[in-house]
Amino acid sequence: MQNPADHKYSAIDLSVDLPGLKMKNPILTASGTFGFGEDYAKLYDLSILGSMTTKAVSIEPRRGNPMPRIAETPAGMLNAIGLQNPGFEAAQHKINALRAYDLPILVNVAGHSFEEYIEVTKALSDLESVDALEINISCPNVREGGITFGTSAQMVEELTAKIKKVSKKPIYMKLSPNVTDIVELAKAAEAGGADGLSLINTLLGMRLNLQTGKPILANGTGGLSGPAIKPVAIRMIYQVAKAVSLPIIGMGGASTVEDVLEFLYAGASCVAIGTANFTNPMVCPEIIQKLPEALAKHGFQSAREAIRFSHR
Amino acid sequence: MKEQVCQILRNEKIAEDVFLLDLQVKDYEAAEVLGKFVEIKLPDGAYVLRRPISIHDFNEKTQVLTLIYKILGAGTDFLAKQMAGTKIAVLGPLGHGFPLPTAGKKHCLLIGGGVGVPPLYALGKALVAQGHQVTTILGFRDAASVFKAEAFAELGAVHLATEDGSVGIKGFVTSFLNEELKAADVYYSCGPIPMLKALEANLPDMEGWLSFEARMACGLGACYGCVVETQTGLQRVCADGPVFAAGEVVYGGI
Repeated sequence: MQNPADHKYSAIDLSVDLPGLKMKNPILTASGTFGFGEDYAKLYDLSILGSMTTKAVSIEPRRGNPMPRIAETPAGMLNAIGLQNPGFEAAQHKINALRAYDLPILVNVAGHSFEEYIEVTKALSDLESVDALEINISCPNVREGGITFGTSAQMVEELTAKIKKVSKKPIYMKLSPNVTDIVELAKAAEAGGADGLSLINTLLGMRLNLQTGKPILANGTGGLSGPAIKPVAIRMIYQVAKAVSLPIIGMGGASTVEDVLEFLYAGASCVAIGTANFTNPMVCPEIIQKLPEALAKHGFQSAREAIRFSHR
Repeated sequence: MKEQVCQILRNEKIAEDVFLLDLQVKDYEAAEVLGKFVEIKLPDGAYVLRRPISIHDFNEKTQVLTLIYKILGAGTDFLAKQMAGTKIAVLGPLGHGFPLPTAGKKHCLLIGGGVGVPPLYALGKALVAQGHQVTTILGFRDAASVFKAEAFAELGAVHLATEDGSVGIKGFVTSFLNEELKAADVYYSCGPIPMLKALEANLPDMEGWLSFEARMACGLGACYGCVVETQTGLQRVCADGPVFAAGEVVYGGI
């Protein structure tokens, strides 16, 4: 990874600081695309990353949706995994195992009900290995929980407040783009006491089988991710950053170092890479390696300087 | 598992909609490819997902990896148009493949249906090298779909069936399961689900290893996009499979 040219940009400071997440660089992985890290750890040292977001964790194990769960789309893909996860008991061991690496861990929280969100938050925030929690109120692939909680400003504010009350670690509310006005929901999360925001989650989409006419995904609809959604993500982060001063974990189709700059400019303090890991499993180390030169070329001495650049 | 940029050495049509792809890889070991697959990145930014293709053959000395794939959609159609000399990213070898017998000299059946046939060949060669007896049963739709029957003939007896009877007997692979073959020690299979189910039903007491497929996203176990129900819960076709023991998978379970 290291080559002599890197020395030229070694003065560029990549570090960023968010509540609970003291990151050596602004690159992290998006929930659902990286499991609990054990698979990609076979390809590279996870300590290279600024941070990592785990798969959603619910109290009980969840099976997720029937198959097929995946379909490709133009410049993207649909997923309808349905929050399959081993449940808190098993997940905590996987999370604890991440202490082997030098990076803060962001754990994603899923729930069917207010009570479950609170229960999972309490259990996870007690773990020393958890640095911050990303509250998933925007998954479009489950009938109960997920997006149901993320579409009403009142519910977002109430849930945020209740979770904040019991969490020993900073909380980031992960917002859905499948709403009329994401700014309203961002303000509600801020009013509820969130330490930060995470956006955007996937867009609701569908593909049909040309032989049968039926949806390809067993679930019918799925969440659209990948480069296709980047303009929507940039627009929403830009609008939210204008209205709210909370730090933002930005994501939605980022796959190149230039994309990362765009997300930082729009208002993200760090950028999560998701679907791009499937296209190129080495995308995160590659982006991190290219970041110092990209920042320097655009006149920045640090990643921090690029955050919210569009709003200055 | 490793990610490499590999040169295409050959990409040729060998049957109706079926292509053979030779790739120049590095540091692959012969023992680690049997029944495994690779994730191919199509050389065009338009495709977000890689294509999982099983390994057909491998020459450890020349490091030439041979894949056989069928044109099933836009991605494989695009792959079929790539010329020798083009470089593509390849992630592999992936998954848990076919296990070789641990002791003795066994009579092994290789049973393949259509595009399920390719991964059985490297396995067959390894079994013969270990001194086992190999009998191959292949089923295809019609004469135009048949490929590599001669290659398997070099390993041992080959029985061929086509659905329309244009080559070999008219019927399915199960037509060949007479008393002699039912006395074999182990079977390895890859092909359509109805075929795998029929084999489990016809060979209930024989040790068997079945290779499955599923739509995949990450290909390496992280996303849970490719699960299958088994006797021990949901497992990932890409990382826990693609090979599972006969009787382990619960068909239609998820």
